[in-house]
Amino acid sequence: MAERTYVDEKNISHAPPWKGEGPPAVHLDIELTERCNNACIHCCVNKPAGDKRSLARELDTCAWKDILRQAAGLGVMTVRFTGGEPLLRKDFSELYLFARRLGLKVMLFTNARLITPQIAAMLADVPPLEDIEVSVYGMSRESYEAVSGVDGSYVEFRSGVQCLLDRKIPFVAKGALLPPNKNEMAELAAWATTHTRMDVPPTYVMFFDLRRRRDSAAKNRRIRRLRISPEEGLDILTQHPDRYVKEMSEFFEKYLSPPGDRLFTCGIGPGCVDAYGVFQPCLSLRHPDLTFDLKQGALKEAMGSGFIRLRAMKATNPLYLKRCAHCFLRGFCEQCPAKSWSEHGTLDTPVEYCCRVAHAQARFLGLVMEKERAWEVRDSAERIQNLIRRVAVS
Amino acid sequence: MKKIRMDMIFSHSGDVVSREIDGALIIVPLTSGVGDMEDDLFSMNESGTEIWNMLDGKKTLQEIVEALAQQYQAKPGEIEQDVVGIVAELLKRRMLVEATAA
Repeated sequence: MAERTYVDEKNISHAPPWKGEGPPAVHLDIELTERCNNACIHCCVNKPAGDKRSLARELDTCAWKDILRQAAGLGVMTVRFTGGEPLLRKDFSELYLFARRLGLKVMLFTNARLITPQIAAMLADVPPLEDIEVSVYGMSRESYEAVSGVDGSYVEFRSGVQCLLDRKIPFVAKGALLPPNKNEMAELAAWATTHTRMDVPPTYVMFFDLRRRRDSAAKNRRIRRLRISPEEGLDILTQHPDRYVKEMSEFFEKYLSPPGDRLFTCGIGPGCVDAYGVFQPCLSLRHPDLTFDLKQGALKEAMGSGFIRLRAMKATNPLYLKRCAHCFLRGFCEQCPAKSWSEHGTLDTPVEYCCRVAHAQARFLGLVMEKERAWEVRDSAERIQNLIRRVAVS
Repeated sequence: MKKIRMDMIFSHSGDVVSREIDGALIIVPLTSGVGDMEDDLFSMNESGTEIWNMLDGKKTLQEIVEALAQQYQAKPGEIEQDVVGIVAELLKRRMLVEATAA
C-alpha cells in the first residue's frame, strides 16, 4: 500500500490551493527605487544613483515594511523587487528578509553589479523562491559598457554573477538588443545555457519603451533611434520559424478578436508600488489620473476600487476607435494604455511603432497581406482558422 | 528519526512561514532545502490544517488527539494515526521542531 501523504507540495501558480476566488492579486511589483548604478542608453526608468531628489522622496524602510505587510495580508504571494537597481537601497537586505519572513516569494530584477558574497549568502540561506533575473548588456567590457554607460560596470557585473554561481543560486539572464551587443546573441545564449538555470536562449527586450515618466525628450529621442525596425525584430523572433508559427498559432486561437472600445484588454495589473509609495495599475502605467497615493490610503483600497474603475474605462479617441477597437491583432499588438501614455501622454492614442511591429508579424504568419490594415480585415476568424489548420497539418 | 511519542510537544519550525489565504493553509519555505523544488509551496487539507494549528508548542500530541476525538467523534486510534503521520511528515520536511523540553 502506498504511504499516505498529508502535505501537498505544489507550485501554486499552476494549482492554486484556495477554494474561493482567491486573493485580489497574487503578485505585486515593488519598484524600490528609480535610481540605478548603470546609465543604460535605452532605459525607460533610470535616474542617477545619487539623485538627490529621488533619495529625498523615496519611501523609508518603515513605509516599505508597512506596504509589504499589507500585501501579505491581502494574500499577495509574490513581490517583484525591481527598479532602477533595487540593490542600491541600503536597506535592501532588510526589506528582502522582511518580505520573506512574511511568507512572500521575492522575484528580483537586478543588473548583479552590487551582489556581494554577503548578499549571495543571504539569497542562498533564504532563497527568494522565484527566479532572480539578471540583465546582461554585453558579453565583453566594450559592448557592456557601451550600453551601461559606466566604466567598470562590466567587471562588477561579472563579479556579481560569480557570487551567484559560487553559491549555486539559480538565476536567469535577459538581454536588451542594442547596436553594441547585437552580434553577441549566440555568445549570450551559449553562456546562459551553461551558467544559468536556463535551457532556452535568453529573452531580449528589443522594442524599447519610451520613458515611463515622460521626463526627458532627449532620452526619448535616443530610445527611438535605438529601436530596431519591425522587420529586423521579425527576423529575430522568427529565428526558429516553425516554433514561432506554432506558438503564435496557439496564441491566436485563444486570444484574438477585436477588443471594441474597452480600454484595458490586458487583464489589468498586477499592480505596482513605485519608489515613492504611489500605487499604479502596472509597472509601466504612470498616468497621474490612474495612480493612488498609499500615503493617503490603504493598498486594499488601491487594488479594489482602482482596478474596478479601470475595467470600466472606454477609449474615446476617434483614431483608436477606428483602428485599434476593430483590429483583430490587438491581442498580440503591444498597444496598451501604458504605451500610449509614454508615447503620447494619453491613454488611447494608437502607437505607430507597436502597430508596425504587429503588422510585420501578422504578414509573416499570412494573416494580413502587404499594405493591408488589420482593422479593415473582415474575415479575420477564417484567416486564423487557416493558420491553425496549416500548423496542425505541418 | 526519533520515535514520536504521544507526550511530545511540537511547534512550527523557523524554517517555514505559514499563511492562511482565502481559507487555505499555505506553508512557505523560508530557508533553503525545505522543498524538493526551489519554488514550491505546501498546503494541507482541512484536517491537516487543523492539526497544524494545534501544533502550537504547548499541547502534547495526546492532548491534540483527545481534542480532535471529542470534536469529530472518531476513534482515537484513527486520529492518532493521522496526527503521528502528519507530524512525521512535517518533521521530515523540517517544518516542525520538538518543543517538549522547552
